[in-house]
Amino acid sequence: MPFSLLKYGLNKDYPFEQNADLPAPSALKSHYDVVIIGGGGHGVATAYYLAKYHGITNVAVLEKGYLGGGNTARNTAVIRSNYLTSEGVKFYSESVKLFQGLSNEFDFNIMYSRRGQLTLAHSDAAVRGFRQRTEVNKHFGGKTELIDPQQIRELVPTLNMNPADQPVLAGLWHIDGATARHDAVAWGYAKGATQRGVELHQLTEVTGVNVEHGKVTGVETNRGKIRCGCVVQAVAGMSSVVAAMAGIRMPITTYPLQAMVTQPVKPFLDPLVSSPALHCYVQQTGRGELVFGGGSDPYPLYSTRSTMDLKESLLAHAVELFPFMANLRLMRQWGGLTDMTSDYSPIMGLSPVDNYYLDAGWGTWGFKSTPICGKTMAGLVATGKVPELIEPFAMSRFDTFRQVNEMGATAASH
Amino acid sequence: MKIINCPLNGPRNSSEFVHGGELREMPDPNNCTDREWADYVFYSDNQIGVITEWWLHAPSGYWFIAERHTGSDEILRTYDPSEIFTKRVEFSAKAESSQSEEITA
Repeated sequence: MPFSLLKYGLNKDYPFEQNADLPAPSALKSHYDVVIIGGGGHGVATAYYLAKYHGITNVAVLEKGYLGGGNTARNTAVIRSNYLTSEGVKFYSESVKLFQGLSNEFDFNIMYSRRGQLTLAHSDAAVRGFRQRTEVNKHFGGKTELIDPQQIRELVPTLNMNPADQPVLAGLWHIDGATARHDAVAWGYAKGATQRGVELHQLTEVTGVNVEHGKVTGVETNRGKIRCGCVVQAVAGMSSVVAAMAGIRMPITTYPLQAMVTQPVKPFLDPLVSSPALHCYVQQTGRGELVFGGGSDPYPLYSTRSTMDLKESLLAHAVELFPFMANLRLMRQWGGLTDMTSDYSPIMGLSPVDNYYLDAGWGTWGFKSTPICGKTMAGLVATGKVPELIEPFAMSRFDTFRQVNEMGATAASH
Repeated sequence: MKIINCPLNGPRNSSEFVHGGELREMPDPNNCTDREWADYVFYSDNQIGVITEWWLHAPSGYWFIAERHTGSDEILRTYDPSEIFTKRVEFSAKAESSQSEEITA
């Protein structure tokens, strides 16, 4: 063992840096320029960019639980931009670029790891869809290629090429596909935001939103009333519930999504592998554990419990893809809440209430958009103008039937 | 596996059932505004509490109504749609299809 490690082990002040990362909670002030509801990745990212690029630091991030303890901690940490629409690819490509620089920017390791993501086609229709996605990606900034079974075998020698009697015909090879430690992303943003003067209030639940003459004036919390200039709602999994406090009805239905992780094994799987037809995606973490997740639960529910039938079918499909996984033991299994929109795209931007901004509808694609969503939402809050990148994702698109259809590029393949 | 009490077939495994979405009143497709139609098709209360919703028992092709709590997943009551729909719902010729009353998730 290196002596320096021993020195740290015996030093009672270590880890000193982490202790100083988040200032102790202070009393709530009676007024903030910006109140952000939700202390997950998106909420603290918005606060961070408000402080960093726009000099707005009279900001409170209100979190009912603890920092990054909601769906930020429940996703499977996939980063990719191989979507289907030009709007989607442009948006998520920017996010991938920002992710690549985050560790340096934070001076804090988010364990970003570019692996490439491989999506499998088991039918001619899927191959056609992949062709389209490849071309759209090339045009709008993603790095994606269509590859054949031989190339797939070389990339992932352990993959069963005929899972569940559905032969693998081709692969969508997304070179930018990556993973990162989701907690660390929230911690890094929170650290950067609080260092610049933003207040993060954990165990502070918003219980009401005050709206006067169509304009938000403040929020009520379990720790008292706060007046504010504007509100950003970033509460994945509870978007409809919180929006209803401001009298806003949303085009969202909330479903649980379940995932699991196995015991750690030696590194054997570099890319993230996903099979939309089998509703299963698998990746190996830096620690060697296999993380896998599947499709959403079959009916809406606000509960993060696991169900035997969903776990069973997910396991069956994972074992089809990687048969030796049958010998592994599960370490953890869990569920998260996904706010699904009917077009599988998020809702960002203005709401029917003035100065109340929505960051919602993040279904199963929230983590991968954390940096760019924070950056564009901060731009919106600071200038009052909707950044061009998120214009297509306004909630009003549902009223005018201008959806951004990402269903084919999203369902069970995040 | 979760058991759902089908009003026609009795208690069955939940895997035999398909969720059909919340029960809601359809605006007249020929006369409503686009905003009203969008609200009916896309928007939802989506709150935590007891909701009334459609379910299909797939093997027997039987649609029924359930009252379920969206927080606890407890099904309080299931019953035949005739309790709510006392007469047949007619659609005018211009409506797209007789099934448009159902919005599946």
